[in-house]
Amino acid sequence: MKVRFPLILCLLMGIIGMVAYYIPHRIVQNFDNELRNTALRIIFAFSLVLGVGSIIRHHWEKIKRKREFWEYSYVTLISLFLTAFIGLFGGIDGKGLIKMQIGKFSFDIHTIYVNMAIPLGATMFSLLAYFMASAAYRAFRARNFEAILLLIAAFIVMLASVPPVARLIPKLPYISEWILDVPNTAAKRGMLFGITLGVLSTSLKILLGIERGWLGGK
Amino acid sequence: MSTDIWVWIAAILTLGIFSFLYKDNPFYRFCEHLFVGITNGYAITFYWHRILVPSLIKPVSQGEKLYLLIFAFIGALYFTRFIPRLSWLVRIPIAFVLGYGAGAAIPRTIETSIIEQAKATILQRSNFLNLFDAISSIIIFFGVIATIIYFFFSTERKGILKHLAYSGIIFIMLGFGASFGYTVMARISLLIGRLTFLLRDWLGIIK
Repeated sequence: MKVRFPLILCLLMGIIGMVAYYIPHRIVQNFDNELRNTALRIIFAFSLVLGVGSIIRHHWEKIKRKREFWEYSYVTLISLFLTAFIGLFGGIDGKGLIKMQIGKFSFDIHTIYVNMAIPLGATMFSLLAYFMASAAYRAFRARNFEAILLLIAAFIVMLASVPPVARLIPKLPYISEWILDVPNTAAKRGMLFGITLGVLSTSLKILLGIERGWLGGK
Repeated sequence: MSTDIWVWIAAILTLGIFSFLYKDNPFYRFCEHLFVGITNGYAITFYWHRILVPSLIKPVSQGEKLYLLIFAFIGALYFTRFIPRLSWLVRIPIAFVLGYGAGAAIPRTIETSIIEQAKATILQRSNFLNLFDAISSIIIFFGVIATIIYFFFSTERKGILKHLAYSGIIFIMLGFGASFGYTVMARISLLIGRLTFLLRDWLGIIK
C-alpha cells in the first residue's frame, strides 16, 4: 500500500499526461487544461511547504546547536517570516488587509522585492563575472588546437558584445552571431539528442516504477 | 545623492554583496542570509496570491469548482512529511506531479527535441537558396553528426569514425567557448547594471 499505491498513481497520471497530447478532442483537452493549469498548480503550490519547512528546520537546528555562524540564521528566519507576513497581509500590491505604510514610508512586498531581493540577487550573480573570469584565467591554457578554438570562440563572442570593439571591427558582431548560430547550434543540437534520450528513458523508468528515488529508495 | 531611503537600502545591500570580493566578512554573510530569507518569504507570498487565491480560494468560496478541495487535500499531504508515522503519504502528491510531468514530457520532448531538431538539421532545397546559407546548413548537418558520433562509445574509434569523432570535439569546443563567452557577458551586463545603479541612482555621479 505504502509503495504500490503511489506507483500506480504515478503511472496513471503519466498515462493521462501522455494520452492528452495525442487526443485533440475538446473534452480531453479541457480536462487536461484544468488538470494542468489548476489542479496540479494547487498541489505544486503546497510543495513549497517542503522547501520552506526544510529551510526553517535547518536554521532552527543551527541556532539550537550553536553551529558556526549560527547568529546569521536569525537574519534568515526573521526576514523570511517578516517578508511572508508583509506579503500575506499587505497584499502583493500593498492593497491587502493591513496597510504596509508608516507615514510616507511604504514597505509593501513589491517595494521590498524591487529594492532588496532584486539588488541582492543581481549583485550576487554579477559577482560571478569576476569569479568566472578569474577561474578562466587560471584554467584556460592554449595547450592544444581544441583549447585554442575554445579560447578564440569565447573571445570573439565576448569582444563582439563590447560596443567600442564592435565599432572598431564592424565584422566582429557578424562573426560572433555566426559562431553562435552555426557551430554552436550544431554542437548543442548533437548533445540535445543525447540529453533527450536520457530524459525519455528517465521518464519511462519513473512511470514504470524502475526509478524509485522519489519513494525514498523503497 | 539620492534622498530615497529605499535607494540607500538597495545601495548598502549591493555594497554588502560586493564586499565578498575583498574576503568573506560579516557584512556579506548578513546580506547573504537576508537574501535567502527575503526570497523565500516572497515565494510564500507569490504562491499564495498568484496560485492559491485565484485558483482555489476564490472559486471555492464562491461555491464553484468544489472538486478543487480534493486537490487541496492532496497538496496538504505534503505536510505529512513532518509527521514520521504518516510521512509515507507525502508520496501521493509527489506521484501526482511527478507522474503527470514525466508522462506529459515524453511526447512533447520527442516532438520538440528530436523530430523538430532533426527536421531543422536535415538538408532541404530551401537551405540552398544562397551560398552563405548553404555552407552554414552543411556545417550544421556535419556538426550534428560529428557531435553525436563523438558521444558514440559502442565501438572502437577507427577509420572514418575516428576522424568524425575528432571533428565532433572541434564543434563542441567552439560551442562551449561561445557559451562561455555569452554567459560571461551576461554576468558583465548585470555588473554594469549594479555599477550604474550605484553611480547614477545612488550617488548621482553619472547621468
